[in-house]
Amino acid sequence: MNFDLTEEQQMIRDTVREFAEREVKPVASELDKKQEFSYDLTKKMGELGLFGMNVPHEYGGQGMDTLSYIIAVEEIARVDGSTAATLAAHNSLGISPLLEYGTEEQKHKYIPQLCTGEALWSFGLTEPEAGSDSRGTKTTAKLVDNEWVINGSKIFITNGATKITKGCTVQAVTGVKDGKKIFSTIIVETGTPGFTQKVMHDKMMWRASNTAELYFDDARVPAGNLLGKEGEGSHIMLHTLDGGRLSIGAMGLGLAQGAFEMALEYAKERKQFGKPLTKFQINAFKLADMALKIELARNLLYKACWLKDNGRPYGKEAAMSKLYCSEVANEVAYEAQQIHGGYGLMKDYDIERFYRDQRLLQIGEGTSEIQRLVISRHIGC
Amino acid sequence: MKILVLISNVPDTTTKIRFTGDNTAFDTSGVQWIINPWDELALTRAVELKEAGAVEKVVVANVGEKITEPTLRKALAVGADEAIRVDTEPKDSYFVAKQLAQVAKDFDIILAGIEASDYNGSAVGGMLAEILDIASVSAVSGLNIENGELSVNRDIDGGSQVLSINTPVVLIVQKGIAKEPRIPAMRGIMMARKKPLNVVPAVDAEPRTKFVKFELPPPKAACKMVDEDNAKELIRLLHEEAKVI
Ligand SMILES: Cc1cc2nc3c(=O)[nH]c(=O)nc-3n(C[C@H](O)[C@H](O)[C@H](O)COP(=O)(O)OP(=O)(O)OC[C@H]3O[C@@H](n4cnc5c(N)ncnc54)[C@H](O)[C@@H]3O)c2cc1C
Repeated sequence: MNFDLTEEQQMIRDTVREFAEREVKPVASELDKKQEFSYDLTKKMGELGLFGMNVPHEYGGQGMDTLSYIIAVEEIARVDGSTAATLAAHNSLGISPLLEYGTEEQKHKYIPQLCTGEALWSFGLTEPEAGSDSRGTKTTAKLVDNEWVINGSKIFITNGATKITKGCTVQAVTGVKDGKKIFSTIIVETGTPGFTQKVMHDKMMWRASNTAELYFDDARVPAGNLLGKEGEGSHIMLHTLDGGRLSIGAMGLGLAQGAFEMALEYAKERKQFGKPLTKFQINAFKLADMALKIELARNLLYKACWLKDNGRPYGKEAAMSKLYCSEVANEVAYEAQQIHGGYGLMKDYDIERFYRDQRLLQIGEGTSEIQRLVISRHIGC
Repeated sequence: MKILVLISNVPDTTTKIRFTGDNTAFDTSGVQWIINPWDELALTRAVELKEAGAVEKVVVANVGEKITEPTLRKALAVGADEAIRVDTEPKDSYFVAKQLAQVAKDFDIILAGIEASDYNGSAVGGMLAEILDIASVSAVSGLNIENGELSVNRDIDGGSQVLSINTPVVLIVQKGIAKEPRIPAMRGIMMARKKPLNVVPAVDAEPRTKFVKFELPPPKAACKMVDEDNAKELIRLLHEEAKVI
């Protein structure tokens, strides 16, 4: 066993941390308050090379391994959830299915610009009536005159309606066989007549991340916009979510790390009853528990990445990582805020934002309940 | 035109400083190493000049043992073309300058940080110029190259100075030489692996100084708060305790 990061992975961590501290941290609170998606940070993340980290050079990416990418998401999430959401969703949900299931033509057409930070892509699975149960999908696509005619809607789609969103990979019902729906994934470009994107406002968390409702009203795209094969939709979506879970895990881990550091620093500085909070055993033990949980979360997540990078099955470990890291984020943010006392409830302190941001992590990309369902199936229940 | 940037490997500025061996040596265990901040700015400017087409090649050099290689790799990731490590423990400024002299001969411009954030010696650049018998300019806060001509900005008391300089030259640079240190892009990190990092043996040189003893500054006294309407007390404290007025 070897727990050392490679020299490159360590350099990636240092570099992304420096970027996060210098560029993201100073503006994160303000963006959150104003519910403002940052085109500037998106562009800068593109320049740094954070988009397409797992994409081979020939499509404009960095050709790095999964762990390197996960470390990058972790480091951004250590200072801000919204920015990490933009990064993780674009890579894991936007680029990844195009890369894994696209034809050469599709890959060359879409992916290079998606690696620059000048264009984003989204992933449309969730619908008003199809959340945890994606088989409830109602959006349909019918092949008419060599075109897919799409009708329906999607909800909660990250990066779905920015000014630089170039399109969405949409799951739709393309037929029925033996009474069962056939699901397929279809590429829909922004600007397609009948396709509208609407920003959703007033989220509790990830307020600077772009979340959208998408509407398809006889939206027509060429037959060649099918991603993968007809009927492969569920497989593509589930496979994409396996990868996506690693990045949500990284967001939980990074958030927990950031919250822990804030709490530790605060507890050392803040004095009550004549001594720093760290000298009260209950707080010291809380901080010890946080450090322990973060260590466990990191080991689990990195192992899942290692499995993926080594071509092993990693579905169970991805679900475990997503579940555990997001729950650790919840527990650590809660206690970190508790250690901040009243100040932690004020927006002047980042922990206030962290406490809100962690909440999504137990819901998005499969709720904690669904992760337990996935794990229980893997272990043969 | 070729630039050599001298890179000192220093502890991260947030490192907790401890000593071993009866306070005669710095305890390096658990220390995070970084590029000396001034050297990082110098490197940033060198890479900018290369990107602008004014310079063909940027090489970085360090005197240090194998533990300094990650720092050199980072310099390569930022954009240097090649790295040189003189394989020995840096003992003092003269010793380091001697080591660097053997690798610094074929360069038009040598950039040295005004000081290293560890021992703050501020001496290597000047000594190196002396050993190589070439010119040196200190307190350089700007470097431009146009049609092969160097123009150098210096901060001097109460103003600034612009000099035109012949090469080869050692420029001892400080704040202002580049806006902010460049963060390596992912592509740079991947490319760094393939760039040459040449290790050269040390030459004989006697250090001229020896560490006798290190001392930590006295711990910071606790902060005293004075009520806003009690200016008298503040003045008394400044006068009698802090003794600054
Ligand atoms: C900010 C944000 C960004 C998002 N981004 C995207 C995106 O980019 N693309 C996308 O497609 N989707 C996205 N989503 C949607 C997200 O994946 C869904 O919200 C999530 O899958 C849950 O679906 P739901 O909200 O409909 O909840 P429901 O499925 O209605 O769940 C409600 C509750 O019931 C529980 N439950 C449901 N089924 C079961 C069961 N079988 N057993 C036990 N408990 C169960 C759930 O765990 C949950 O507690 C995003 C959501 C948010 C809030």
